[in-house]
Amino acid sequence: MSEITSHHGSLLTGNDRRLKQRRRAETRLKTYGIAAIGAAGLALVALLSSVMVQASKAVTETYVTLPVTLDTVEIDPNGTGDPKTILRADFSGLTKATLRNQFPTIKGRSEKRALYDLVSSGAAFELAQKVSEDTSLVGQTIDYDFLASDVTDLYLKGVFGEVRQLTPHGTLQVEPDGKTVQLTSSGNDFSVALAQVKKQLLIKAKTTRAKAALQNNGVEEFRRRAEMAETEKDHQKNLKLAAARAKKRDTLLDQAADLERRATGNEGAEELDDDTVSFLVKVGNSWIKLTRVDTQRAEGIAIGPLSAGTFANWGLMVTDLPENARKVSDTQIVAIEQLRDAGAIKQVFNWRFFTSRDSREPELAGIWGAAVGSFWTMLVTFSLAFPIGVMAAIYLEEFAPKNKFTDFIEININNLAAVPSIVFGLLGLSVFLGVFGVPRSAPLAGGIVLALMTLPTIIIAARAAIKAVPPSIRDAALGVGASRLQTTFHHVLPLAMPGILTGTIIGMAQALGETAPLIMIGMVAFIVDIPGGITESASVLPVQVFRWSDFPERAFEAKTGAAICVLLAFLVIMNAIAIFLRRRFERRW
Amino acid sequence: MEQIQSKISAKNVQVFYDDNQAIKDVSVEIEDKTVTAFIGPSGCGKSTFLRCINRMNDTIDVCRVQGDILIDGEDIYDKRVDPVQLRAKVGMVFQKPNPFPKSIYDNVAYGPRIHGLAKSKTDLDHIVEQALRRGAIWDEVKDRLDAPGTGLSGGQQQRLCIARAIATEPEILLMDEPCSALDPIATAQVEELIDELRTRYSVVIVTHSMQQAARVSQKTAFFHLGNLVEYGDTATIFTNPQDPRTESYITGRIG
Amino acid sequence: MSAVLTALVFILAIASFFMARFRAQAISGGVPSALHSRPSYHGFFSFLWVFLVGAGFLITISVASNWHMTSTLLSMAEDGLPDAPYIEHQLIVSDAQALAEGRIASKSDDLRQAISARYADLANVWIWVKVTLVAGGALIAMGVTQRTVSLTWRARNHSEAIVRLVLAAMAIIAILTTIGIVGSLIFETLNFFENLDWRIDKYLFGTTWSPLSGVNEGKMDADKVGAIPLFAGTLMITLIAMVVAVPVGLFAAIYLSDFASRRVRAFAKPMLEILAGIPTVVYGFFAAITVAPLFRNGGDMIGLNIASESALVAGLVMGIMIIPFISSLSDDVINAVPQALRDGSYGLGATKAETIRQVVLPAALPGIVSAVLLGFSRAVGETMIVVMAAGQGANLTANPFEAVTTVTVQIVMLITGDTEADTAAGPAFTLGFTLFCVTLLMNVIAQRIVRRYRELYD
Repeated sequence: MSEITSHHGSLLTGNDRRLKQRRRAETRLKTYGIAAIGAAGLALVALLSSVMVQASKAVTETYVTLPVTLDTVEIDPNGTGDPKTILRADFSGLTKATLRNQFPTIKGRSEKRALYDLVSSGAAFELAQKVSEDTSLVGQTIDYDFLASDVTDLYLKGVFGEVRQLTPHGTLQVEPDGKTVQLTSSGNDFSVALAQVKKQLLIKAKTTRAKAALQNNGVEEFRRRAEMAETEKDHQKNLKLAAARAKKRDTLLDQAADLERRATGNEGAEELDDDTVSFLVKVGNSWIKLTRVDTQRAEGIAIGPLSAGTFANWGLMVTDLPENARKVSDTQIVAIEQLRDAGAIKQVFNWRFFTSRDSREPELAGIWGAAVGSFWTMLVTFSLAFPIGVMAAIYLEEFAPKNKFTDFIEININNLAAVPSIVFGLLGLSVFLGVFGVPRSAPLAGGIVLALMTLPTIIIAARAAIKAVPPSIRDAALGVGASRLQTTFHHVLPLAMPGILTGTIIGMAQALGETAPLIMIGMVAFIVDIPGGITESASVLPVQVFRWSDFPERAFEAKTGAAICVLLAFLVIMNAIAIFLRRRFERRW
Repeated sequence: MEQIQSKISAKNVQVFYDDNQAIKDVSVEIEDKTVTAFIGPSGCGKSTFLRCINRMNDTIDVCRVQGDILIDGEDIYDKRVDPVQLRAKVGMVFQKPNPFPKSIYDNVAYGPRIHGLAKSKTDLDHIVEQALRRGAIWDEVKDRLDAPGTGLSGGQQQRLCIARAIATEPEILLMDEPCSALDPIATAQVEELIDELRTRYSVVIVTHSMQQAARVSQKTAFFHLGNLVEYGDTATIFTNPQDPRTESYITGRIG
Repeated sequence: MSAVLTALVFILAIASFFMARFRAQAISGGVPSALHSRPSYHGFFSFLWVFLVGAGFLITISVASNWHMTSTLLSMAEDGLPDAPYIEHQLIVSDAQALAEGRIASKSDDLRQAISARYADLANVWIWVKVTLVAGGALIAMGVTQRTVSLTWRARNHSEAIVRLVLAAMAIIAILTTIGIVGSLIFETLNFFENLDWRIDKYLFGTTWSPLSGVNEGKMDADKVGAIPLFAGTLMITLIAMVVAVPVGLFAAIYLSDFASRRVRAFAKPMLEILAGIPTVVYGFFAAITVAPLFRNGGDMIGLNIASESALVAGLVMGIMIIPFISSLSDDVINAVPQALRDGSYGLGATKAETIRQVVLPAALPGIVSAVLLGFSRAVGETMIVVMAAGQGANLTANPFEAVTTVTVQIVMLITGDTEADTAAGPAFTLGFTLFCVTLLMNVIAQRIVRRYRELYD
């Protein structure tokens, strides 16, 4: 080795290429780290915002204010004034009649049913209750706020695509023609509409081609299988299947070609049906649904009264979604728009969601029942897990001799902490429901299962807290003649309590969000009544979330989002308490 | 003109941890190819000052260093200086032996590998052997270079760490109480090694043992409460201290 | 009734406390130091005995009476309708109980009335047995403990011994839980295998899973209980989850422990904790409502056919759920690597990246491996995300865009399905037992690694 004098060269100027490379490697690792944290943050933001977006649609509920005549003959024919008689009256019929009176021109069974669906099926019951509580209303005509159905509510919140208003340029000529109406605009309005329809045709052509491509994959697959087939029979079978697929593919391709031809051509009228966007023309008080558009003229059917003539002031509306793809029909849109124009619709904060019980009707469903169920369940969990957990921790930390058996208990607790929650559900199902006869679906059963699940968390936290109390405290107490038990309960436990409580709250927060084991013991049933105790059937918040998310109604998605917000709010509160306890009382020895 | 060019030259160095000042205005010139000992009671700032010389304090968030430290006339706290390069030039040995949980060979080869000092495997073998020889541990480990470094005895581990530091060909070796975790026999071996190292490197050693300082160093600096109280030839400091605080310390009245 | 008895026992115990305390005070003649134990300890000793005897009798007799009545009534129902299935017997008994208690039964007939009458008789007898034994036991305990009060009686030592026993009993609950889990799972599993004529191989290696479609006179069709599609589906979703969670979690942990400034840490750690605290049902909702449509539409756009319940989506969202798990465990083990090792590396002029890659990570490797194992076991046992976002049909495929089902999904489907509980319980509990064994194995391995790792650095 050579003489060692300053062979390292200058520190100021000696940044060689190798060093730069090493620095780049460092930057790279740092970038990965930032990217990882960014990804986690992004996931959190996406999750929370997707919940919030859903929940935002459940913030308000909609009411339709309609004049309703509380006819004595219908409601209380004998004039008894007895609330029970009034409750039994046909308020549902009355509600329907009120709606029919509001829209006298809506005819036909299905159209009428669509009309009835504008208000909730619970509205009639609420009206009955109101009248039975205030019997003086009988015989009067009052403006009553009917709770709107989920369809109405979601339409008004823009869930079923937007209804866009196109600005008409020309004057509109309306000529009734038998069942239909002929419309002519002096402007270019209908060709704009036609262009929209054609745009949609193009999209449809594209999806049809995609379907054809899928069929083509099938053709190739079956041909390949035919090649590989070991028996002649298989060969033939696969060839036949391939041929069937090919036929379907060709039909689809033809359809697509037809659609494209229609879409690109300058001329040609288009029929409008349930699969295309809907156009609604509003003239004065009457509405016309278009069935056919051409460049200059259009044909449609009237919804409601119709007046012929020429109008300068008219409206043309287009829906984003075809009628088939949304829950709200064109008739309903017209009815809702008319009600809105008449100022009969109001949206208020959705207190009902917090105070009402579960229901199959999304607009009536609330979280209160599940919240009470969660409360009872948590009560059972806490009153079992906390004392047992703390006592077990005291034993293991302060009294247990160090031997194989206590080692075994310790390993056991650690393993229990990692047993999948669903297995605890199976334990509850077979042991507590099967052997001990605990009632199904009851908070008692759920509470016991969750207590067993939470126990390891509490024991581990409590042991850590007890261990953190310095031995000098014990020595001091023992030194003045206290027994081991007195030392533990008078000195060690009070000092460890903040830590134990923190751990317990965190364990309880986990238990509050736990779903799977409760499903196992039947808490997933549809329960309307608000549980009055720990042995009655109940649901809990997370299970409510799970159940609602499974329902097909779009409105339940919003309710699910809102229920999640309630659940998260409880979790945030519990964790905030835990953090407060930790900050306020935690001592460093 | 100075007679001897100093290797390290510190001027008005101040070190703060958050708002606590750990080093108060220390200036010192450390010569090349000598062993310089930093002594003083615990908490006097001697280790902190040592860690400024290879900027190990950079790894502590709350630590701030003011003043200048020059090595070979270059300011090591200059923005252009990469601490990584600096530490290759200024090696360090720590209080507790801290071999990596790797083989003895890999421990020593770690520095040369990251700095790209070896061009080939044989080159690297040579560097490792040389470093282990200079670390006076070659004979004990040459047959088990693949054994984990953590399996050695405390004294062997510390000499392995010294060998590891030597392998990057530093010019300065900083030693932070290198014998405090060792038994007397191992201490004697390490002290012997330090004396040998003086011929090639300038060694700065922090120690709480005055006897050790007297045994191994040519120069001694006495720190007290963050101040450099006295600096001079070891013989002078121990026989004829100028400052009353130094005298109190070496006679055992404070410390 | 039980509530009343519990209250009675409690009242007796408290009364006993005051009586014993009073007695002790009286004996001491106003000189407390004459007693070995303070009067309150005499009271406490008495309280403990009365309470434990009363509560013990109450629980034992309740379980015994419940068991006795159910089995008697069930055998009556069996005798009355020998051909009906077990579930109908159960229904008859619960109807009869409802009739006896004046609640509404689903049906009322002679057999039900007869059982109902018998139930009323039995219940009457048992109530008296309960009251007599519980109250009697408590009173005897009261009498005996009152007599033990004396100047030399070591009431404190004796009560402390009892308390110690109670504490130990609480610690043993953990073991009882494990025994309960293993016992109930094994019982049903053995039943199930017996049903299959011990063709366990068909369960472990069969590829057709449709256990309820082959039920014939209580016998299962061994060719339809092949759980391989379930295992494969679980494995696929879990692997996808790990592919997401391990790199993200690990890099996040590395960044947080060695690079991040205090400000970043103060923001990123709580963020990961929030992610960890979100209930899995919320993740399931997120997967089903947001991620699945996003992927399906995205797939459509680029010509990929992604099922709306694809393994990819379930695995991805589960991966997000596991990220904080991996990162916090890895963060712990990375932080546990002694600073001295890092210093040693920095002192040689290594960069942070080199130190982490070549010194910290190798040293922390066992801990990281165990973190990954624990995350894996967590993902295998996760239920809600897959119930809400994965498929339900047993589909053996390697394509992550298709729907696959998992062990946990099938357990939920079997237990919550319409099939009578007895038939569905067999396959469900057997799957549960398999799940338990797999997760237990991984946990034991992980814990062993961690323990060895701790011994290395503590």
